[in-house]
Amino acid sequence: MKGKIKIIIDGKECWAKPGQNVIDAARDNGIYIPSLCHVEGVKPAGSCRVCNVRIEGRNMTACTTPVADGMEIENDIPELNELRKAIIEVLFVSGNHFCPSCEKSGNCELQALAYRFRMMVPRFPYEFPIKGVDASSKYIYHDRNRCVMCKRCIRTITKDGKNVFAYSSRGGKHLHVVMDKELAAQMTEKEAQKAMDICPVGAILKKERGFYSPIGQRKYDTEPIGSDVEKNIDHLKQKEQ
Amino acid sequence: MSKPVIATTSLAGCFGCHMSFLDIDERILELIELVEFNKSPIDDIKTFTKQCDIGLIEGGCCNSENIETLKEFRRMCKTLVSLGECAIMGGLPALRNGIPIRECLHEAYINGPTVGLNKENILPNDSELPMILDRVYPCHEIVKIDYFLPGCAPRADLIWNALIALVTGGELQLPYEAFKFD
Repeated sequence: MKGKIKIIIDGKECWAKPGQNVIDAARDNGIYIPSLCHVEGVKPAGSCRVCNVRIEGRNMTACTTPVADGMEIENDIPELNELRKAIIEVLFVSGNHFCPSCEKSGNCELQALAYRFRMMVPRFPYEFPIKGVDASSKYIYHDRNRCVMCKRCIRTITKDGKNVFAYSSRGGKHLHVVMDKELAAQMTEKEAQKAMDICPVGAILKKERGFYSPIGQRKYDTEPIGSDVEKNIDHLKQKEQ
Repeated sequence: MSKPVIATTSLAGCFGCHMSFLDIDERILELIELVEFNKSPIDDIKTFTKQCDIGLIEGGCCNSENIETLKEFRRMCKTLVSLGECAIMGGLPALRNGIPIRECLHEAYINGPTVGLNKENILPNDSELPMILDRVYPCHEIVKIDYFLPGCAPRADLIWNALIALVTGGELQLPYEAFKFD
């Protein structure tokens, strides 16, 4: 393990590249740390807080914390999983998440996390906030009712070097993500698909693409989110043998 | 010992959860050996004739009649179960929650593209009709609900597992494939 540093996640010895963040290092070692806002290779925002892990007795977001030699990390423990479940429940009540009528259902990361943590019902009262829909551009449908403010689109989707999405009313009561109508209108079909894929929920959709895969063949229909990462454990073990 | 008694109802729902209940197929014969049905659309008993053990609630509360029925179920059933997304969070009827009630009624009875016969622009006003609520409420915001079974509709296996767990006192089996919100 030349050039790598040792970290310990839930008592398991793992090897990480110096400077790597905890969430990516865990993934490379076959350990899944749940997250909504993290995109590999993009500067982390730490906005969803779902990837909370405990490092040296402190809760830290695994996406914004770089690894250090000998770092001891607690991840899959009841206390943290309960905290993550609570965050997911907050996201469910603070938006308008009507899973049965959502085009992203089955491929939605928020929903998949709720499945993973077996969320029967949110413990908080539903807010039913009033939020807008922007369907003005040719290929993109922007539904703020489903937005979880993960900032993935803000950090990744650009057109001619300009950000298409941005926060609005920062500091006000109604912080929300807005889409630049002019830039969005210029986006190609391919770029619209990329924007839809980057959104963890159904807030950004490519038009005329809804309900594309039938029930039973969608991303999270048969296996919980994170299974691909966890399956890697067996893969790595086989490699070692 | 007498059999546990089950009552079911559909409030602001589409009866999809009841259809899904019937999707347990031939296991219904097994179920009828284990339990007895009281007030329910399944056996068409319209009023409670005795105290029940389990009440299955489909749909949220969109009008005064829903509230009355739900409260009656709470009085008559030891355990109440919210069945499906509508009972849990209002579901599709709750899509109207951000829209003022006047606007909703005008769209449905006066301005809507399919409204033709309502020449005098009358909104439903018969005193026999239940009053529509300001918004659609999840059942647990009206009465205490003991258990929740998500899904639209909840998969038959989930309903079956839940009933068996409740009747036999066992632990609820929650297979991943049966646990869905749609």
